[in-house]
Amino acid sequence: MELTLRYFASVREGLGVSTEAWKTQAQTLAQLRLELAARNDRYAAHLGTEKVLRMAINQVMVQEDAKLTDRAEVAFFPPVTGG
Amino acid sequence: MDIVRVQEEVFQLSDVINELVRSDAGVGAVVSFLGVARDHNQGQSVEDLWLEHYPGMTESAIEAMVAKAKSRFEVLRVAVVHRVGHFKPTDPIVAVVVAGVHRTQAFDACQFIMDYLKIHAPFWKKEMTPSGAKWVDARVSDDEAAARWGIPPQA
Repeated sequence: MELTLRYFASVREGLGVSTEAWKTQAQTLAQLRLELAARNDRYAAHLGTEKVLRMAINQVMVQEDAKLTDRAEVAFFPPVTGG
Repeated sequence: MDIVRVQEEVFQLSDVINELVRSDAGVGAVVSFLGVARDHNQGQSVEDLWLEHYPGMTESAIEAMVAKAKSRFEVLRVAVVHRVGHFKPTDPIVAVVVAGVHRTQAFDACQFIMDYLKIHAPFWKKEMTPSGAKWVDARVSDDEAAARWGIPPQA
């Protein structure tokens, strides 16, 4: 399936990219995260499982076991710090 | 109507309060919270603050919080105005204003929304300090404050 990936805050800065298109066979967010972390050292450093990250599918925060859907917008970001 | 705004422009809390009060003549109590950029954090001085957000998701997340507050507390009108972009110390960041018939529910709803926003609205702060720029870490105390209302921690 085809996804739009979005990154925010320290993840965006660390990867040097804010949005990208991505094709995957991954079924869940956890599988996608592992696939992305395996791309290179930079992705491993910022999306690896030792990093505390929050994730959203189609702009709703979800857990890692959430299922991916074709054309979904998937976002990775650090814990939020607004207010 | 309720007000949810994410904007770069400076706002006046008094304008937000007036707008809310004038929208419903049944209002008898107004509670407001104003979050302000301060000049220090965790023992370090902060010269400048940058606030990033997730356009679209931010608004829908806050609207969902406002809806939850209105179903849980007896209140009439809610306003949440949150700024993004660059801040200097003393600049306002966020206003939460709750108007109701009586004060008790308005106080609770205001705190509920602010506690919810702290851990579920996609904003991120970056501080410029004398030793460089630094993304602010989330605080455990914010999760604890939200847990008092039964609000789940960040996903």
